[in-house]
Amino acid sequence: MSAVVASGLTDFLGDAVDLQVQVDAIGLGATFALMAVGIGLVFGVLRLVNFAYGQLIMAGGFALAYASERGWPVAVGIALCFGVVIGLSIAMERAVFRPLRTQSPAVMLIATFAVAFLLQSIALLWFGPLGKTAASLAQLNRPVSIGDVDIRKISIVAIVSAAVCLVLLVVLLNRTSIGLHMRASAMDFQTARLLGVRANLVSAAAVLISGVLAAVVAVMLTVQFPTVTPGFALRETIVVLAGVVVGGMTRLGSATLGGFAIGYASGVLGGALPTAQSQYLPSFVFGVVILVLLVRPGGLFTRGRPSVERV
Amino acid sequence: VTPRALLQLAAPAGLVLAATLLGATVSRSTEIYFINALVAVSIVVALYVFVGNSGVLSFGHVSFVAVGAWAAGVLSVPEQEKPAFMPYLFDFLRDTTVGNVPSLLAAGVVGGVFALLVGLPLMRLSGLAAGIATFAVLEITNNLLRYYEKIGPGLNTFSSVPETTDLTQAAIGAIVVIVAAFAYQRSRFGRQLRATREDPAAARAVGVSIYRQRLGAFALSGFLAGLAGGLYVHFLPINVDAVYLDLTFITLAMLVIGGATSLWGAVVGALAVSGLDSLLANAENGLDVLRWTIEVPAGTRIVVVSALMAIVLIVRPSGLTGGREFSLDPLWRRLRPS
Repeated sequence: MSAVVASGLTDFLGDAVDLQVQVDAIGLGATFALMAVGIGLVFGVLRLVNFAYGQLIMAGGFALAYASERGWPVAVGIALCFGVVIGLSIAMERAVFRPLRTQSPAVMLIATFAVAFLLQSIALLWFGPLGKTAASLAQLNRPVSIGDVDIRKISIVAIVSAAVCLVLLVVLLNRTSIGLHMRASAMDFQTARLLGVRANLVSAAAVLISGVLAAVVAVMLTVQFPTVTPGFALRETIVVLAGVVVGGMTRLGSATLGGFAIGYASGVLGGALPTAQSQYLPSFVFGVVILVLLVRPGGLFTRGRPSVERV
Repeated sequence: VTPRALLQLAAPAGLVLAATLLGATVSRSTEIYFINALVAVSIVVALYVFVGNSGVLSFGHVSFVAVGAWAAGVLSVPEQEKPAFMPYLFDFLRDTTVGNVPSLLAAGVVGGVFALLVGLPLMRLSGLAAGIATFAVLEITNNLLRYYEKIGPGLNTFSSVPETTDLTQAAIGAIVVIVAAFAYQRSRFGRQLRATREDPAAARAVGVSIYRQRLGAFALSGFLAGLAGGLYVHFLPINVDAVYLDLTFITLAMLVIGGATSLWGAVVGALAVSGLDSLLANAENGLDVLRWTIEVPAGTRIVVVSALMAIVLIVRPSGLTGGREFSLDPLWRRLRPS
């Protein structure tokens, strides 16, 4: 018995340190980290958990699939994807987030829940349950051989673009005045407003940036999973949300780290576990989420005691 | 018990009875929608017992509905039919078959015990952490019920469960859940929990244990949700996807649209949204109103319900009833404007 376990463990470890699994897992972690930033940024400024984030990505995926079916060039498809996602996020901010800004976090969370289901059911009505396929992006999913490992191009693209986006975001937050306004609002919205920060501008900026990130993620996910269905990116969003809360929602850095960690962990576990066990992977991942929340309710990567929330 | 308090029970119960009587006059095929609405009332009121009284959001209650449905379903399928779609059951589940009422009780007990066990650690959390943790419970429960075939049909549909949830049973179930919710919110435990909702610090200062009050409400609401799950599985041949994200969304929507902080709101929300949903479902098949035939494409109803939910939240964040119990005072005030 113990020999079996031991050999299983060696297999598992062998698979887990396999370079290919590692690169794919880091790629997945990078994608999830971008989503975590998108969710964390809006939460920081508006104290709003955007459950509809996955549906933004889904809309971007449909834009790509639409362009691909028309035979439009890839660049046009990506431009359309950015246009659709950014337009939707701004509309969402205007129609839902802004009027609800003074409501309790619970009301806002349920409102984004409603928006999520609205977008998903519109997609279902429009494109049907089987969805559409974005075929023209498939070239990015081909592997390149480096040494004796095959690495999918998209993993590299994901890692590089996540790094670029994060650096740009840090520059924006630390070196521009709108970045300063956003950081101030994240710390204390009321006081920031008293000091002359324009609330609508800041919340629009945060939602806009998170929309740009959603578009980037939409491209990366659509390359890896070209079949876009109405439920596209829903699972990923749930996992990332869990990761963000586990990492610590209150700070952008810890939220990003949490998103990356949960993406990396599911990448490694999914790549290394045999199928018979990986069907219980969600249970395992969410079990860990509950455990972390119990031990550190404020988040894994935060310091100090969190204040009690009245939700 | 004052007349005012009695009215707070009579109004929701009366609304449920009115819906039942209306359902008894319509055709067999329309009756389905009424039964569905009454089962929805049970689930939403069960959800209200915890969410409404504590103010803590729970995304996990559908997992109690699910285990209740599983318990009642597995226990009440006739023994000779079990191997057909549940070949891997544990021996004692395979060899035990009980009647309608015991299976409903079992559903409640399983839901309550599960909620108690889950709540023991989770009720320490509040705010977003609690929301995500209860969501994690839903994910884990769904994942286990989906693949663990020793306790149920896995991915198969619950066929050949005796369909005992007719209009009468659905109405009795809804009334039982409403009376339980009313009794709880009038008890000292319910009042203490509502105090923690309004002001946690002040409640603690007068000696209320937030953890214990929340845990008690969570277990009670788990019991009621399990019972509702039992009613559900005796009504329709469901599968694991019927008790997952969509049901979580629609029941939360019902609660919020009605007004999450009152029993009256929970019942009104459940009946209003179910009514609209059934109307739209009919319209998807073509609905005759006077001389016009209204026809809308399939899938419209989720669009309308979620749009409605967003609009209600923006225009009236405290719900249709304002989150207040039923009372005749506003009416009196309008009649005697002095």
